[in-house]
Amino acid sequence: MSPVLIAEQVLNGVQSGVVLFLMAAGLTLVFGVMGLINLAHGSLFMVGAFAAAGVASATGSFLLGLVAALAAAAAAGALVEVLVLRRLYAREHLDQVLATFALILIFSEGVRWVFGSFPLFLDIPTALSGTVSLPGGILYSRYRLALIATGLVVALGLYLLIAHTRIGMQVRAGASDREMIAALGVDIGRLYTVVFALGAALAGLAGALVGAIQSVQVGMGEPVLILAFVVIVIGGIGSIKGAFIGALLVGLTDTLGRLFLPPLFALFMDSSAAATVGSSLASMSIYVLMAIVLVLKPSGLFGART
Amino acid sequence: MKRAWVANVALICMLPVVAIWASMADEPFIITLATKVAILALAGVGLNMALGQGGLVSLGHAAFFGIGGYAMGILASHAQSYTPLLEWPMLIEGSNSMPVIWLLALVSSGLAALVIGALSLRTNGVYFIMITLAFGQMFYYFSISWPAYGGEDGLAIYMRNGFPGLNTLVPLHFFGLAFAVLLVALALATLIGRSPFGLALNAARQSSERVETAGIRPYRLQLTVFVLSGMVTGLAGALFADLNRFVSPSMFSWQTSGEIMVFVILGGVARLCGPLAGAALFILLEQLLGGISDYWHIFLGALLLLIILFARGGVMGLIAGPGERAHV
Amino acid sequence: MSMFLEELVVWRETTKEEYAVTDRINIGRAARCSTIAAALFVGLASSAMADVKVGMITTLSGGGASLGIDVRDGFMLAVEQSGNTDIEVVIEDDQRKPEMAVQIADKMIQSEKVDVLTGIIWSNLAMAVVPSATAQGKFYLSPNAGPSALAGKGCHANYFNVAWQNDALHEAAGAHATAEGYQNSFILAPNYPAGQDALTGYKRTFEGELSGELFTKLGQTDYAAEIAQIRASDADSVFFFLPGGMGISFLKQFADNGIDLPVVGPAFSFDQGILQAVGDAALGVRNTSQWGKDLDNETNAAFVASFEEKYGRLPSLYASQGFDTANLLLSAMASADVSDQEAFRAALKAADFDSTRGDFAFGSNNHPVQDIYVREVIKEGDVYTNRTLGVTLTDHGDVHAADCAL
Repeated sequence: MSPVLIAEQVLNGVQSGVVLFLMAAGLTLVFGVMGLINLAHGSLFMVGAFAAAGVASATGSFLLGLVAALAAAAAAGALVEVLVLRRLYAREHLDQVLATFALILIFSEGVRWVFGSFPLFLDIPTALSGTVSLPGGILYSRYRLALIATGLVVALGLYLLIAHTRIGMQVRAGASDREMIAALGVDIGRLYTVVFALGAALAGLAGALVGAIQSVQVGMGEPVLILAFVVIVIGGIGSIKGAFIGALLVGLTDTLGRLFLPPLFALFMDSSAAATVGSSLASMSIYVLMAIVLVLKPSGLFGART
Repeated sequence: MKRAWVANVALICMLPVVAIWASMADEPFIITLATKVAILALAGVGLNMALGQGGLVSLGHAAFFGIGGYAMGILASHAQSYTPLLEWPMLIEGSNSMPVIWLLALVSSGLAALVIGALSLRTNGVYFIMITLAFGQMFYYFSISWPAYGGEDGLAIYMRNGFPGLNTLVPLHFFGLAFAVLLVALALATLIGRSPFGLALNAARQSSERVETAGIRPYRLQLTVFVLSGMVTGLAGALFADLNRFVSPSMFSWQTSGEIMVFVILGGVARLCGPLAGAALFILLEQLLGGISDYWHIFLGALLLLIILFARGGVMGLIAGPGERAHV
Repeated sequence: MSMFLEELVVWRETTKEEYAVTDRINIGRAARCSTIAAALFVGLASSAMADVKVGMITTLSGGGASLGIDVRDGFMLAVEQSGNTDIEVVIEDDQRKPEMAVQIADKMIQSEKVDVLTGIIWSNLAMAVVPSATAQGKFYLSPNAGPSALAGKGCHANYFNVAWQNDALHEAAGAHATAEGYQNSFILAPNYPAGQDALTGYKRTFEGELSGELFTKLGQTDYAAEIAQIRASDADSVFFFLPGGMGISFLKQFADNGIDLPVVGPAFSFDQGILQAVGDAALGVRNTSQWGKDLDNETNAAFVASFEEKYGRLPSLYASQGFDTANLLLSAMASADVSDQEAFRAALKAADFDSTRGDFAFGSNNHPVQDIYVREVIKEGDVYTNRTLGVTLTDHGDVHAADCAL
């Protein structure tokens, strides 16, 4: 196994981690501020991808597609927040889980109703297609590099937004004491809608970005959603920093596990069996990681509250 | 309380009445549906122990359901091919006898619940939900990629397993068996609810500090009820596999966890017969709505939302009136 | 609901008026159970043959629905074109869930009392339904899945596969790679039984070396890691079997990575429904199939034209299989009575129908013996489609027939 291959795989791990971060950031923000667990976050990811594919194929512009993804996911998020989720903040997590499970059913079949059962097409923009040479002789997809950059920019932007702006202050205050901030005259209802729409827009962005290199189809959001859960459990719920570190950890563990486990087993069994056993265990590696983190730190790496 | 009691009895009696009517009218498929209701209700009763009595919102109960299913699949497939399950350290043969299968289902799902519970219960609230979900997924991926027992293709068992004294191939006999198991589980749930253990658990759900000051560790209580809950759901999985004569990784999928939870909520959380009412309603909706539109999940989702938002006690809340909860 | 379904429902409403007295209750129940009764005794039922009731279990909702919809549409097109009034088709959606398929099969056998079952897309669902259905004396005609267990030891006189044994297209891909002179293939498939069979099938006919063999996670959507390994290897060709969305993701990512290696695969990742979602990334890729829309025979030309006219889209592989399945059944109905199992079985086995693939015959295990073609993905106007290049395996059966006791 050459160092170039390993370096490339590390980049791949970072890239998948960065996309997971876009998903996990919205989830953790919504939980941190509103105390809401949202299973339908994966549906917003899907809405973003479909909006991007629809608009990009109509206009021929990937950029317009991205804008549409952000707008559609944010709008869908805001709508859902105002119509449904708002009534659930004070409820038990159980009700939230069920209501958002119901939303998944509605979103999935609704999207299928509108767009049909066939997967949609979304291509990467020509400016970002092909590969670039990185130092050390690594050939790497330009689009994936752009994904990593986008993710890092969004992470930085979120940090600045939360640490240094007025709305960020309200978000932090809201996370620690909801009654108090309402008493101070902040329009808490509007704040919640804005935060939810922001989280939804991030999920939509992730959906559109990923849609260009994968297939845009119904049900694409749920596997990512579950990975995002693993991320925020590892990182600590409510912590953006935790989501970032957790996402990178999960991305790297998954990618490197798939790279190293099959050859590891090939050392002491025949290659076909090693490929099956190795990939079976690789598919479980992130859950093992999660279990280890939980044993050591039950509230996640950066979780403040339990 | 009287109204709740009447509603429970009426609901429990309804199922065998439907099955016997279907048997006389020669509608075997309706008996199959009634059996499915009984088995899914059993899974729901299991989840309801953790959810309603323990306040543990587990989104990973598909793991136990699937383990129960595979207990049946693995034993029966070895019996089918006359190959031993284990040769070392001792010879273990496959089996196509339901009591043996049930025992394995109970033990293995109980052990899995012990491990998952011991790790997951270190946390609570929303962490608990996500962790149980993730553990469920872990089993799902493992069952798909492990080739020995069919992987994603699953295992087809050509003959339904036997039970001493019954012909399980007769739909009504198999229904009777599933229904009897459901009754036992309901009785167990009632007993637990009224026992000192159940009372302590109930107290721990409402305020863990309070029971701690009384010298009880909520962790132990919760772990115990989680294991019991996993075992009942595992048994339901074994029966479900026998109903279909087939097991596959989809029993482990997180949608299965979600659906079991939907039965409980549709029916009414922490109500004795909530899961039964919920499972019956779900199957009814599936049959009726599925016929109206290919997109029936939209209506199911909308209905579910309405129940959560506006009818918090579920179906049993509407029929039996509020306030049964403390009595479970 | 598609236009087609609506038409049928409207049409049935009129039938219902005509037969209001006798059939009201039955039709009401049938409608509730989402059944579509095609050609319900219109006109005089003059044929001496008994009516045949067909139960179609297929995937019409959720992921993978496009395959089931194509099989259904192809099947119903053939039924409609035949004008045969003695066939009744009951269609139900299995949601791609094995346990759902089993329950629907129970229902169709127990309460609908169907004579013939068909429609299942996925091997795992077929494994769950077919053995018990044939054991109960029903006929099963497979329009898609062909798991090896049902072709070998588990074969059954009442089970006919009208599509292919699962290995066939992969074996054809291996044969094609050998014919092209490839020496060193990198092969990958998802880690599940059909994926393992795919790689075995390819290796059975490929005579070169393997520079790598990878199992990916089922449902995996990011193949960056696998593509990096392909790049790092010394392969001169790539074979993959990644059905559905997995194939779309892989091809798009592969095309964007500047690896200039020829790719071969079975038709599943290049069928009409999926190609539009892959786009340019698929152009020029060689794939193996038992059917192509440009196959030069009369039946096929008529099928492609009428399918496009009726549904407003090009037919896929799956649609052609649905169409052939219905025509096989209709041909058997014309010469034998379904209640006479022996005769009906023989009539099916004769395969006396005009297939969209040209020559078609059943081997000893009731699986097809047919030509497998190599196709190339091209663009016709705005539409991506396939052009048939030639035959790669002639009169190809399967190796499992040797294990079949029939």
